[in-house]
Amino acid sequence: MKLSNVPAALALAAALMLCAYSCKPKNTANAVSADAAQKTYVPPGKYDEFYDFVSGGFSGQMSVYGLPSGRLLRVIPVFSVDPQAGYGYSEESKPMLNTSHGFIPWDDLHHIEASQTNGEIDGRWVFGNGNNTPRIARIDLSTYNTAEILELPNSAGNHSSPFATENTEYIVAGTRFSVPPDNADGDVPIDSYKKNFLGTISFVSVDKNSGNMKIAFQLKIPGINLDLSHAGKGPSHGWFFFSCYNTEQAHTLLEVNASQRDKDFIMAINWKKAEEYLQQGKGVKQQVKYAHNVYDEKTQTATSTIETEVTVLDAMALPGIAYMMPCPKSPHGCDVDPTGEYIVGSGKLAALIPVLSFSKMMNAINNKKFDGTYENIPVLKYEDVLYGEVQKPGLGPLHTEFDGKGNAYTSFFISSEIVKWNIKDLKVLDRAPTYYSIGHLSIPGGDTKKPNAKYVIAYNKITKDRYLPTGPELAQSAQLYDISGDKMQLILDFPTIGEPHYAQAIEASLIKDKSKKFYDIMQNENTYAAKGEPNAKVVREGNKVHVYMTAIRSHLAPDNIEGVQVGDEVYFHVTNQEQDWDIPHGFAIKAASTAELLIMPGETRTLKWVPEKVGIYPFYCTDFCSALHQEMSGYIRISPKGSKVPLAFGTGDKAPGGKDTTTISK
Amino acid sequence: MPLLIVFMISVITKSPLDFKLCILLKQTDTTMKKMLAITIISALLYACSGGAGNNDNSNADSNSTDQNAGTKSLADYDPHRGEGKFSNVEVGPLDATMADAGKKIFDVKCSACHKLTDEKLVGPGWAGVTERHQPAWIMNFITNPDAMIDKDPALQSQLEICLVRMPNQNLTDDDARHILEFMRKNDGAK
Repeated sequence: MKLSNVPAALALAAALMLCAYSCKPKNTANAVSADAAQKTYVPPGKYDEFYDFVSGGFSGQMSVYGLPSGRLLRVIPVFSVDPQAGYGYSEESKPMLNTSHGFIPWDDLHHIEASQTNGEIDGRWVFGNGNNTPRIARIDLSTYNTAEILELPNSAGNHSSPFATENTEYIVAGTRFSVPPDNADGDVPIDSYKKNFLGTISFVSVDKNSGNMKIAFQLKIPGINLDLSHAGKGPSHGWFFFSCYNTEQAHTLLEVNASQRDKDFIMAINWKKAEEYLQQGKGVKQQVKYAHNVYDEKTQTATSTIETEVTVLDAMALPGIAYMMPCPKSPHGCDVDPTGEYIVGSGKLAALIPVLSFSKMMNAINNKKFDGTYENIPVLKYEDVLYGEVQKPGLGPLHTEFDGKGNAYTSFFISSEIVKWNIKDLKVLDRAPTYYSIGHLSIPGGDTKKPNAKYVIAYNKITKDRYLPTGPELAQSAQLYDISGDKMQLILDFPTIGEPHYAQAIEASLIKDKSKKFYDIMQNENTYAAKGEPNAKVVREGNKVHVYMTAIRSHLAPDNIEGVQVGDEVYFHVTNQEQDWDIPHGFAIKAASTAELLIMPGETRTLKWVPEKVGIYPFYCTDFCSALHQEMSGYIRISPKGSKVPLAFGTGDKAPGGKDTTTISK
Repeated sequence: MPLLIVFMISVITKSPLDFKLCILLKQTDTTMKKMLAITIISALLYACSGGAGNNDNSNADSNSTDQNAGTKSLADYDPHRGEGKFSNVEVGPLDATMADAGKKIFDVKCSACHKLTDEKLVGPGWAGVTERHQPAWIMNFITNPDAMIDKDPALQSQLEICLVRMPNQNLTDDDARHILEFMRKNDGAK
């Protein structure tokens, strides 16, 4: 063996590798490129590059994946009860799901929007909308908890939400279903739609520091269906764009009756103008009821307040707030490119993609070039606002995201593909099949001023044969494409929870270091916290019994409780004494009609339990916490109503009856 | 020559995995040529994967788990001092204020598992602890339990009795000092 052989061997190896690349199969049946595994493999112990916050649709949840691995990292209950965390079951969290209609434990979480500063994702919060009983939720990215939920009055079908302006001045909400306003008599014939039904757009302000949401104002608009929306950015900052369908104002068989017109609209809203009117006192205060639910991290408790007033500006009466831009065939997606100049409407029944121009729109408005009005709102001419059309891009365009390099990526539901096209010359550059029937798609930062266009993720509506069959229903599939080169490369399939609509992928480096590891028990201000085992106790107040319980590896205190009776309302307030990362304790009791509690380190959670039968009921820690986890349990004795058994409690020496005298029998 | 190859491969790949592979190949006693070709291809594949995948950029050290970062090897472990921030802790006459502050922390973070007598609860009773261990060892252990349980012979014997690893209660440096003072008071320091 001579050293001179080394270059030869190197050359041979290089040649082999070259061949491996160039000999790659070209047929469409093999859509996965040979290096897909390398591109998505994140070795054990290594982290993903992106967090992907994915809406859970009808699961009411939000899920968090790592990209590029597609590993599921977390599921956050938002508009849903969660038996795992006890969210919606624990006394602390129940108020989060309160509405003006009472406790509503489910919603249809459609879209995710990350908070932005200067048009870029800032990693503070993500927002999600509830489509069914209109609500907006804010999720804190240090705790991964739902921190706030705001209900929206005068609304039904909150679909075009929760999209943000470039400094998160506002999160918007628009009505997909027009309805009579809340303060009007809603007992009207459905066929009086045109007369009695109205739409609204809510501008929800977000406090820069706390993130707290407030309805700054609502715009009253005609009774049409708002579908999706996006804020202007850069030169178009100050404007918001909404796709509108059912401008026919149909109230039955919309499938046919709302598809009559050749063109519907993209509604342009000048929200700075609306702010001026608001300051001039042009808003009308309306008496309505809506819930505002806030989780306080100090008391670790949510409160629900019913608000009673909203200020409404009439966009049909106050000139300069709203303009209608014609857009072909029931537009769905309404997406603004990173420069803020181009607005892409996706007519879901059209065979082209119209690209509207913000500067042309401004020219037409400034020159008052209108083509009549729609419900008193000026209508612009299609050709006056049109930059151009992408011809024959595919069938059923839905949504568009941007790469920041002048290209757009549009999802096509009917033809099951993602199409990459150039915004300037409107030419199609590439197409990639999706499996199957893609709905939304997302590029990290793809709806902001600064996309990080490494990947595009397809969220498909139909899965069929992509995974091992699991009965009639399959998990909806997501697909990851590498878009760092000229051509899209499919590199991964991964299953999702519920029906993902929109998602936001965020660079991990932006948020991973501020993730909370535990709650400081010294700062725990929960009314029922037991900080330290000496403070564990049981207090009776009439028929209410408050158990102030502590949990630490691996015992509960008190773990023997007597003197509680059938029909008592027992509140187990369990405080986790641990102060270390990832050491939750669980709490479950036999015959509880709700769920368990999962208590994070330093946190207090409360389970209400009403015993119905006499007997001994065990309770235990559900989250495997140490080698002696199986020992982490206790008993409560339930006596008949009116029993003379005195209240007594304790652990070990202090247990009722004194020290455990059990000896090992041989 | 084999040594040279090992050196070369490890330079190309910087990978302990390939290093092992190379050793393995050596053991199989294959011909030198075959061995060189295989290892070079494997080295190339490895080296070329970096640019295409995300792993090189995204999974730098700051992006991976770092539990063992900064810990010393077993041989360097000092069973008298323990391992952690503290080396020489000066103790004098009992500081009652510090001891009282320590008692408050004890109630919340320690008392669930430790008695003040010599009786074991979950962990050992505290009576006499300041006679058994140096002040620095105590403060290091209560602020850095995981690393010390893995190395300290006394703690490992204790773990066999208690079976529960002492939790990290995230004490501040001051907390640790106050607890030490409270332990001294419990042991009768004046």
